[in-house]
Amino acid sequence: MQSTTAARPGVEVRLEDLRRHYATTTALDGLTLTMAPGEMLALLGPSGCGKTTALRLVAGLEEADSGRVVIGGNDVTNTAANKREIGMVFQAYSLFPHMTAIKNVEFGMQLHKVGAAERHERAGEMLELVGLSAHANKYAHQLSGGQQQRVALARALAIKPKVLLLDEPLSALDAKVRSRLRDEIRRVQLEVGTTTLFVTHDQEEALAIADRVGVMNKGRLEQLGPPTTIYSRPATPFVAEFVGLTNRLAGEVRNGEVEVRGARLPLVQPDTANGPAVALVRPENVSLAADGDMQAGPLVGTVIATSFLGATSRVTVDLGDVIVLAQLPTAEAAPHTAGTKVRLSLRKDPVLIARDEKTATEA
Amino acid sequence: MGAFFLLPIGAMFEFSTRGNGINAPRTLEAWSAIGTTPDLVTAITVSLQLAAITSVAMLALLLPTMVWVRLRLPGLSRAVEFICLLPLTVPAIALVVGLRPIYVWININVTDSILALAFAYLILVLPYAYRSLDAGLSTIDLKTLSEAARSLGAGWGTVMLRVVVPNMTSAILNACLLSVALVLGEYTVANILRFENLQVAIAYVGLTSAGTSIAVAVASLLFAFVLLMILSFVGRRRQPSLAAAATDPQYLTAGQRT
Repeated sequence: MQSTTAARPGVEVRLEDLRRHYATTTALDGLTLTMAPGEMLALLGPSGCGKTTALRLVAGLEEADSGRVVIGGNDVTNTAANKREIGMVFQAYSLFPHMTAIKNVEFGMQLHKVGAAERHERAGEMLELVGLSAHANKYAHQLSGGQQQRVALARALAIKPKVLLLDEPLSALDAKVRSRLRDEIRRVQLEVGTTTLFVTHDQEEALAIADRVGVMNKGRLEQLGPPTTIYSRPATPFVAEFVGLTNRLAGEVRNGEVEVRGARLPLVQPDTANGPAVALVRPENVSLAADGDMQAGPLVGTVIATSFLGATSRVTVDLGDVIVLAQLPTAEAAPHTAGTKVRLSLRKDPVLIARDEKTATEA
Repeated sequence: MGAFFLLPIGAMFEFSTRGNGINAPRTLEAWSAIGTTPDLVTAITVSLQLAAITSVAMLALLLPTMVWVRLRLPGLSRAVEFICLLPLTVPAIALVVGLRPIYVWININVTDSILALAFAYLILVLPYAYRSLDAGLSTIDLKTLSEAARSLGAGWGTVMLRVVVPNMTSAILNACLLSVALVLGEYTVANILRFENLQVAIAYVGLTSAGTSIAVAVASLLFAFVLLMILSFVGRRRQPSLAAAATDPQYLTAGQRT
């Protein structure tokens, strides 16, 4: 096993001011980022934000209008895809249908002139790494979707790539398989230590396995940071709203704080100018209580729905002029059935301000 | 349905084995004459060469073009389809009338080289070959497979020969079969260009020996039939596991495993 897992030390990958246009659409608008050797970086964003374009530019499957791609200190911007020494797993199933799983894994090594004996041995090791030794002689149509993607991962890693590119490899799989394979990809990536760029629109996926997450919007990188920072300290309203659920509550910024329905909350950016604003409050920062006689007030409302999510539940509360979501441990949410009155309290975690919006609306 | 095809072939075979006179016994004289008629042997050889050249040229021209258009120039796919199907609307006589002055202009004496005739046949087989290859390309995820191969280090030649071709063997064989069948059965163009291919030779032999000409016609039909059988056999052999997957319960449940 060690011959494969000690594959090739991860290399630094730099994207410098990458730009790409399609007719009138700007797919990438000056993307710059650096991936540390061995790092797994996830590019997260909605459809059309440019994340897949960025990955394809790294792969050499598309050409940038301007900018540079530097892999391991070498400028590969003008290098053909087949000369870049990258491994890639695609969103669509990409195993060659006329080859068995092991022949698929051997394919790249054969092109890299690896001797037959070593090739066969390494292919076996790679299949073992992804837990599919028993399926080595099966064709793609004899494997499930998850198995096919694992073989594709083994195939990509078998050539000891400088960079591993994962283009939404889990999106075609069902939720349970996706979750399991996600963890497996991370385990394998840590084991081989290959610098990995992972593109996804699934925030849970990105936050769960990446060392750093880059959130993209309209061809630009909105924020790049560790998953916890992205979630708890979003840099822009777009990040706050794209990553996780957010309540949009009208308030007023005063001297480094925002007053929302009688509650004063600290700001992520304390230097925000005074004036009317929309505070973006996470559902888990909203607590519910059913105490007292429930006099009408700005934070008293009626539960209109409770969604069971497993360990937690999401309670939807109508405050009269705005709907607010609260996410609580299921045991705490149990008393708050539809129709009951509740009092909300907002945890004093720093919140972000959306200034470009008119007034508070719904979550 | 089988009788529809077999009855005329049977009748042709029956005719080709008749002896001279009403009560004469059956004879294979007409069949044995095939090998001893020099013009016929030459024509058969020429037609087979033409079939091979046309098929190879068709594949060399059409397959890379269609793959490239699908991958890089999808906007041109309608134009390519139109051009490839155009020969269906051009009668063979019009094609030859158009080709002849061009050959004269470029100083090619059409009776000297079968390449001239092969070029005309290449145009004639385009519609059939295009349809067959197009159907084959539609059955594979060409973009993903080629990009996967490229990312693994394959150049375009390797992508074509080791990824595209093996995954559309049936479509390629179909296109070749249609080309071969068309070339072996073509008469008008060869005759007008004064080229003696199989069908022209059959017509000439028919003037002196009807039995031999019918025997050759039956033989060429049987040849096409054998080609079709080979195609079907090879097509099935390429993917034996597909057939297994359709019936084997362990594969039917594979979708639920990881």
